[in-house]
Amino acid sequence: MIKIHDISKVFNQGQPNEFWAVRGITLDIDVKRVTVLRGPSGSGKTTLLSMIGCLSRPTSGRIFLGERNLSGLPERFLTQIRRETFGFIFQRFNLIQGLTVLDNVMLPAYPLAPDHGALVQQAHALLEQFGMAAKRESKVEWLSGGEAQRTAICRALLNDPQVLIADEPTANLDTRLSQEFMHIIDELKAAGRTIILTSHDPVVSDAACVDRVITLRDGQVQDS
Amino acid sequence: MSHFVRRQRYLIDFTLASLGRRKGKNLGLLGVYTLIVFLLASVMLFSQSLRREAGLLLENAPEVVVQRMVAGRHDLIPADYLERIGKVRGVVAKYGRLWGYFYDPAVQANYTLLVPRDRQIKNGEMIVGHGIARTRGLGAGDYLTFRSAQGQSFAFRVADVLASDAELVSADLLLVNEADFRAFFGITAGMYTDIALEVRNPREVRKVAEKLSVMLPDTRPILREEILRTYDALFQWRQGIVFVLLGGSLLAFVIFAWDKASGLSAEEKREIGILKAIGWETGDVIRMKFWEGALVSLGAFLLGYLAAYGHVFFFDAALFAPVLKGWAVLYPRFHPQPFVDGLQVATLFFFTVFPYTVATVVPIWRAATTDPDAVMR
Repeated sequence: MIKIHDISKVFNQGQPNEFWAVRGITLDIDVKRVTVLRGPSGSGKTTLLSMIGCLSRPTSGRIFLGERNLSGLPERFLTQIRRETFGFIFQRFNLIQGLTVLDNVMLPAYPLAPDHGALVQQAHALLEQFGMAAKRESKVEWLSGGEAQRTAICRALLNDPQVLIADEPTANLDTRLSQEFMHIIDELKAAGRTIILTSHDPVVSDAACVDRVITLRDGQVQDS
Repeated sequence: MSHFVRRQRYLIDFTLASLGRRKGKNLGLLGVYTLIVFLLASVMLFSQSLRREAGLLLENAPEVVVQRMVAGRHDLIPADYLERIGKVRGVVAKYGRLWGYFYDPAVQANYTLLVPRDRQIKNGEMIVGHGIARTRGLGAGDYLTFRSAQGQSFAFRVADVLASDAELVSADLLLVNEADFRAFFGITAGMYTDIALEVRNPREVRKVAEKLSVMLPDTRPILREEILRTYDALFQWRQGIVFVLLGGSLLAFVIFAWDKASGLSAEEKREIGILKAIGWETGDVIRMKFWEGALVSLGAFLLGYLAAYGHVFFFDAALFAPVLKGWAVLYPRFHPQPFVDGLQVATLFFFTVFPYTVATVVPIWRAATTDPDAVMR
């Protein structure tokens, strides 16, 4: 269970352009479920998601991963948790240009320095699973939107995380590819992973595999 | 393989792949960097080699030379000064020397005429240095005519040509016997150019010089170590001139490299954000950038230094020889012997590899310590 207790996040605190992106949200997110954070632009979806994924810290409040309080941990431990627990799929995929599909997929494991042969084998298996094996030596800038997203999914799964976090994953995909993506999410849920998505795409929020939709507005939970 | 080494290998792999993405730009940087190291290392290696060569050649020179001074200028010294010096403790030999300079208008060059102590030369004969032989096209048996101080012509027959291995200081040398030397320059018997003293214990040399200054107040003792220091200063001065000439291009490179290394493009900042978001630590990002700086600068250093080694020791420093050697007007044909000074390599390494690597790492520090959530926006 991921427990979020009264968290707030303010940007440019004390400045004339101070902005409260998240205001006192309290939530429990179940494991092995698909949860969608929905809301208009500026509602705080991405900020909340980045705090859950240890990409940033809340200004106040606490986030618990199981029994562990993540909010007060130093950066090094946060990085370790992020690497071991979370896998990220970004809105614009954020693949490293100029590198091959295989190199991009293996990147999250570099700081762990596993045996190179085993790492390549693991990356191959993932690429095979998501139908990208034939493209493994292609540069990522040559990929179509769907291929780039599948590469991003493989990268997110390399360290075998419990929680998969995806920020607006279908924003750059057409309906067919969006449905394909949700099919993959369904498979990952069936494999026992916890999935948290942000989206205002009905293809995502209306998908059968989604267990819960939380609606945000102006940094607060409107409906959960 | 240890975890640490494997981790560095992964980081180096990524760095190389990263550098490969901007191949043209990075190869250009490597090329210019290598050229700068090549130029600096060539000058350093060659100057060092010259100083060393001069030092080796002076090994057999006398420890102390006494010159007579008249009105602050070097004058001939009477032979009775040898008796006046008498027996100074520590001096194992003393003798008068005859040498002088002669300007040859035919080739517009200065020659050094010398009466050797260890070689018998017949009247009317001479032994010439390699530089003179080459310039005047002389071989054994040829004749060379000079106009003496009294306006008479002196024809010398070339008996031999000096070996070229000591050419740096013997290129312009002409050896004649004492009688011919005195007749040619009009130096009367009983006068010498200077007096040489051999002192076996190097720690006694300064004491001997002090005694001589007291005993013969109108003379100045010149120590071999002072001559060595002068050579050192001379070659360092020449090296300095070349460095000043290179200064402009060096400065341009420093500005270019600093800008390249320290300026982070928006794309690079985004990549750092991605790497952190997918689980890289700040330290990993900094180490990766360190490897980028180190690989470029170390590569340039090694390539530049090897090229300079080849240039100096296999191609006789063709680019700098005229400026750095410049002995009289007859350029010695001198082949530097391979010699690398560890301290010099370390100095060059420090001033080329270190600043670039630091310039690469420092700006990363700020970018790498920011929260990685920027990639979400």
